[in-house]
Amino acid sequence: MELEATGLLLVAIGGALGGMARLAVGDAVARGLGSAFPWGTLVVNLSGALAMGGLVGALGLPVDMPGLSWQLLAIGLLGGYTTVSSFSLQTLTLWQQRRPLAALANVAVTLVAGLLALLLGWWLAGGAT
Amino acid sequence: MIGWRAYAAVGLGSALGTTLRYQLSLALLALPVPLFPWATLAVNILGAWLIAAFAALAAGRAHGRVARWQPFLVAGFCGGFTTFSLFGLETLQLVLLGHPWRAAVYVLVSVALWLAAAWHGHGVGRRVAATG
Repeated sequence: MELEATGLLLVAIGGALGGMARLAVGDAVARGLGSAFPWGTLVVNLSGALAMGGLVGALGLPVDMPGLSWQLLAIGLLGGYTTVSSFSLQTLTLWQQRRPLAALANVAVTLVAGLLALLLGWWLAGGAT
Repeated sequence: MIGWRAYAAVGLGSALGTTLRYQLSLALLALPVPLFPWATLAVNILGAWLIAAFAALAAGRAHGRVARWQPFLVAGFCGGFTTFSLFGLETLQLVLLGHPWRAAVYVLVSVALWLAAAWHGHGVGRRVAATG
């Protein structure tokens, strides 16, 4: 029970930090590259996927119950940092702005580069060997 | 510059969304269903619906009280509730466990349902904004 409460607290702390980091990174990227395309969310999701791959390479996949570091860093921090809600809304908005190619590119690049970033992080952290 | 209030609201909302996502994943883990990332699929669909509904509602009521909740609800709660990194990790996990087809289905079904949910949520939000 005590361990459950600790885990929940770590998830919440990680989620808070991840959300604030997403705000800071998204804002910095949008100021640098403009807001015509959702670069901020793209950079957040790709960097989050890279870091998640690295984390799995370093810690290994949780086999049974997740440990405390997994709860803080994977479920909380990186889980809260990356987002599907903003990605979905921004893709819909691009479509509604009659920019179907930009919408399609957002989906394709997020998925393909996201999975590749995850593999790259995993490989860099020595997970693939 | 983004003020500390926005950071506090986003941090609080994100902590709440992340905790709820974790609780839901633990609850669904106990169900006797085939190996598939049901919890992440569910939170991402719900989060996509919610963010689009809220955005349409806030846009329909330009100077209302709704927009003030944006940092807490949108960047905070919806952002923390949904997750792209765990979605990607689960896809990789399915491949590594010898279920490449499940991984492919997971990706395709996820993207289709995220976007459908956002589209539906947007319509609902717009209708609610029009009635109020």
